[in-house]
Amino acid sequence: MVKKNTQQNRINRLFKQHADSPEKIMSLFLTAGYPDPESTVDLILGFEEHGTDLVELGMPFSDPLADGPTIQYSSNVAIEQGITMSKIFTMVRQVRERSDIPIILMGYINPVLRFGIDAFCEEAAAAGVDGLIIPDIPLEESGIMADKAAEQGLPLVYLVAPNTPDERMRKIDALSEGFVYCVSVTGVTGAREGEEVAQSVQRFIDRVKQNVTRNPKMVGFGIKSHEDARRIAADMDGFIVGSALIDTIRESYPREGWKDEVFAFVHSLKYG
Amino acid sequence: MTYNLPTKKGYFGSFGGKFVPEILIPVLEELEKAYDSAWKDEAFRNDYLDLLDDYVGRPTKLTHANRLSEYYGKAKIYLKREDLCHTGAHKINNAIGQILLARRMGKQRIIAETGAGQHGVATATACAKFGVDCIVYMGTEDMERQKLNVERMQLLGAEVRPVESGSKTLKDATNEAIRDWVTNVEDTFYIIGSAVGPHPYPMMVRNFQRIIGDETRRQLMEAEGEGTLPDYLLACVGGGSNAIGIFYPFIDDESVRMYGLEAAGLGADTDQTAATLTIGRPGVLHGSLSYLLHNKEGQIQLAHSISAGLDYPGIGPEHAYLQDSARVTYAPITDEQAMEGVKLLSELEGIIPALETAHAIAYLEELMPRTREGEIVVLNCSGRGDKDMGTISEYI
Repeated sequence: MVKKNTQQNRINRLFKQHADSPEKIMSLFLTAGYPDPESTVDLILGFEEHGTDLVELGMPFSDPLADGPTIQYSSNVAIEQGITMSKIFTMVRQVRERSDIPIILMGYINPVLRFGIDAFCEEAAAAGVDGLIIPDIPLEESGIMADKAAEQGLPLVYLVAPNTPDERMRKIDALSEGFVYCVSVTGVTGAREGEEVAQSVQRFIDRVKQNVTRNPKMVGFGIKSHEDARRIAADMDGFIVGSALIDTIRESYPREGWKDEVFAFVHSLKYG
Repeated sequence: MTYNLPTKKGYFGSFGGKFVPEILIPVLEELEKAYDSAWKDEAFRNDYLDLLDDYVGRPTKLTHANRLSEYYGKAKIYLKREDLCHTGAHKINNAIGQILLARRMGKQRIIAETGAGQHGVATATACAKFGVDCIVYMGTEDMERQKLNVERMQLLGAEVRPVESGSKTLKDATNEAIRDWVTNVEDTFYIIGSAVGPHPYPMMVRNFQRIIGDETRRQLMEAEGEGTLPDYLLACVGGGSNAIGIFYPFIDDESVRMYGLEAAGLGADTDQTAATLTIGRPGVLHGSLSYLLHNKEGQIQLAHSISAGLDYPGIGPEHAYLQDSARVTYAPITDEQAMEGVKLLSELEGIIPALETAHAIAYLEELMPRTREGEIVVLNCSGRGDKDMGTISEYI
């Protein structure tokens, strides 16, 4: 196995650059092809312009069983509009012509499996993808694609959850590349009321700090405002917003100037 | 036994595994430990067997279907009468096993998914018997098709939560149940109704259903003499719990030929089908790797069958393995053939079978001419047809 040098990877570079900065890294999740396939590239470029450091581009799946109603909806819309894996790679290539923002592909294993693990990793790397998050591949099943992803220099980001035991967190930290995705609450994805997140999350954050020491730490699930992010990510390297962004798009699309409304929200997430 | 699957990681050959979000891993580990210790604990097994005897009405009979046998004039046909179980189908065997496990683990809230409603009714029944809260997820299309079972569940005190997403059938009900589960991991036990899902479910469900095959083995020897084994075993497969229940204790008996009959819907060569093993490709749905109906982009396709219990685009991973290893033969049966099966058993034996079961009956048309006098066919009569009367009358 030829392992590509991942030091030059855009994700690693991003965290290195931010290592001494008090500013939190902001990652946004967007379902590829939502609200329409023509907008995805522009949205990503606009996100970057408005303070986004990292983009998680969602590969839609018909049965997203770890997702709440918001991402179920955006996934359905994208699939109905004919989004395919090849189109997603094309979107990434188009972004790459104009931007160096790190892009992670995120989605369930079945579409990846059907595309073919080898072909998927090769095409993703060639298109300029910087990493992968496959939530239904836990440590136990990592063998299905870990070697191939490493060979293509694609970091595989693993998740830790509030009920992940300490020892397992350390194992995940050892295996994860790029960063560790810290799921702040049990449950499906989706924007939650701030209080609900705040109360349960601190004990988890403390355990993450103790056990995840090798990788940068990004926290997600339930964050919907700059205030949420500041509070929850205080001890993390950064934060991830998905459902709240998609809800904002859903509210404004296709109104005149909807993208500006979305970018204003993105700006407010980062800077308050 | 030489057959010794699944592996410790939950694999049957290349199928199975635990393809679930991180949140569920500690839950599955806890479940696996609890199940292993319970299954080895004589007191637990006695509780389970006592309930099956006293409450479910086991052992169920192995009935000689003499008129059906005469109709074909070849092998002798026996029916394993799971339709005589309390609540009308084999599903209760597993529901009782899992609720005992839930109680042992101190989980007070039970969730389940249901397609035909039989597993939902079985779970609601077990929950009523043990006095625990029960929430059943059911697709709205299935609620329409199986109204009677919805009312039964409600009468038993369960909350039936309608599922509007996707195809509004079993697959989507399962998605919703899993979403509930990841949200309420602390106090909730998910009673999966078929031999599907992440490890240890396929193994656990099989072991709670193997009583069907264990009884069949004993009863057939009582009826036909010591050492007699069936020559043919027939069962319908949706997820595959009744089939694995009757097959499993015979897997090492090479002379026993096994047939799993899946729902072809309007035909395995149409897009209105649930013939997963016939036309499916390997993929991951609901936590395990198995054969699946999905398009070239890996999006799950909608299954179709007149029988709500077989209307599922996946199949238990052990059946995927048993097909690939050629130990079991799987064949597709259309809606129309199944309906003929309903009529045949009703008219010749006075037993109205469930539409699911009718898929196995329909295969007799093909199998029986190949059999010989003196051979024995055992067909798993997995459920009774009362619940399907609406669908049946409409079809006729």
